[in-house]
Amino acid sequence: MRGYVRTLTVTSVLLSVSIALGQKEKPTYKYHKDALVYAELAKAPQKARAKRNPFEKDPDAIAAGRNLWEQHCTECHGDSAEGGRKGPSLLVEQVQSSEPGTIFWILTNGVVWRGMPVWSKLPEPERWQLVSYLKSLGVAETIPAAVPAPKPPSHPATESSLPHR
Amino acid sequence: MFISRLRVLPVFLVIALLAFCLPRRIGAQENPYIVAYDHYLEEPGSLEIEYFSTFGTQRASNDFHAFWMEFEYGATAWWTTEFYVDAQSTFGDSTVFTGVRFENRFRLLKREHFINPVLYLEYENKRGTDKLLKEDEGHDVESDYAPSNARLGQEHDRELEFKLLLSGTHQGWNFVQNTLAAKNLSNHPWEFGYAIAASRPLALKASGKRCSFCEQNFIAGAELYGGLGDRHSFGLHETSHYFAPVVAWNLPSDWTLRLSAGFGLNDNSHRFLLRWGVSREIPGFGSMVGRLFGNHR
Repeated sequence: MRGYVRTLTVTSVLLSVSIALGQKEKPTYKYHKDALVYAELAKAPQKARAKRNPFEKDPDAIAAGRNLWEQHCTECHGDSAEGGRKGPSLLVEQVQSSEPGTIFWILTNGVVWRGMPVWSKLPEPERWQLVSYLKSLGVAETIPAAVPAPKPPSHPATESSLPHR
Repeated sequence: MFISRLRVLPVFLVIALLAFCLPRRIGAQENPYIVAYDHYLEEPGSLEIEYFSTFGTQRASNDFHAFWMEFEYGATAWWTTEFYVDAQSTFGDSTVFTGVRFENRFRLLKREHFINPVLYLEYENKRGTDKLLKEDEGHDVESDYAPSNARLGQEHDRELEFKLLLSGTHQGWNFVQNTLAAKNLSNHPWEFGYAIAASRPLALKASGKRCSFCEQNFIAGAELYGGLGDRHSFGLHETSHYFAPVVAWNLPSDWTLRLSAGFGLNDNSHRFLLRWGVSREIPGFGSMVGRLFGNHR
């Protein structure tokens, strides 16, 4: 019995440590204060950018994408993609002006070291439906408070964070 | 360690029900596997609570029902940590707690590739009465499970288990290959095992309506797993192997139900293993705990 108590104690401590680390990694402030949050968009390879959304002209894709959004994305990015505790706003110019292929590439690969998991477990058509929904939102009229104003162009990171158009 | 079944099972079910009564909503997209692991980790900050049951037939002894609770937490996007508590009832014998497991999975690559490796490390502290058959390793054979719980309970194992999980998803199909190496911390040789699996959602395109019975909510597949002997006698000799069709039903209301019917492929295997599981994800669990301890960020 003592062995079980010991094991339970050890595992509880390890779980607590992992939860604490999870907290530490929580990207809220780090991401929202840093224009680099959108830098990943610029890393999408040309081949991925060039991909066309097969649901571009499908009116049902936006509704389906919204369902998928509510199921998988709101926890981090907020109900209307305005940004949440764990993920940045997606209603900003950098995202909305990106090619559909770039957003699809981000969904597929995640930004693992910054807390966004890979979403390739959603089948490819579902990821494109999500892209359709995201692109339908457009840029927010008022920039959410959590998103910083763009930094001066002299900042090297800002330049690289802007997606190619 | 011998406890009435009437006391053990309700504890597991109450914990599971508590999890299911939590109000938060997130859509699960869980794979249907019971034994194999793919490369998808828990979302960061989310806790998934799972209950699983295995009913197994046993030649020359009593059939059994093994059950376990899993608490799976996404520490980061590249690290998932998991804690198991398990027990079993052998019909006509007794109900016993069988042990605990602590498991960690680490994603090794930053981006998605054709094959994605994940490193799996587990520590097990279990009794000989353990009948989960969560993995098949070494020379595990059906007759090992035949003695009474009183006799099996005399054995106490501490084991380290390493797995290399390889997985990839293409055209909606997920393919998985797991290689296992386990070392009992007492003087036992390294033991080996494998699991191979594939699955696919019944539909790849999401519906515009929220629905429970839409085809995209169902993922069907199959698992093949078994032992590969130990360091002294590597191979298929005196090992057991199973083939199991599996299905998962991901409900929009957060629940995931899994069902698996496993068939033993040789005389060393249990003839039939019926498994089912139910799980619920609690998003933002880490933040909730953080706030509990005064982290108001």
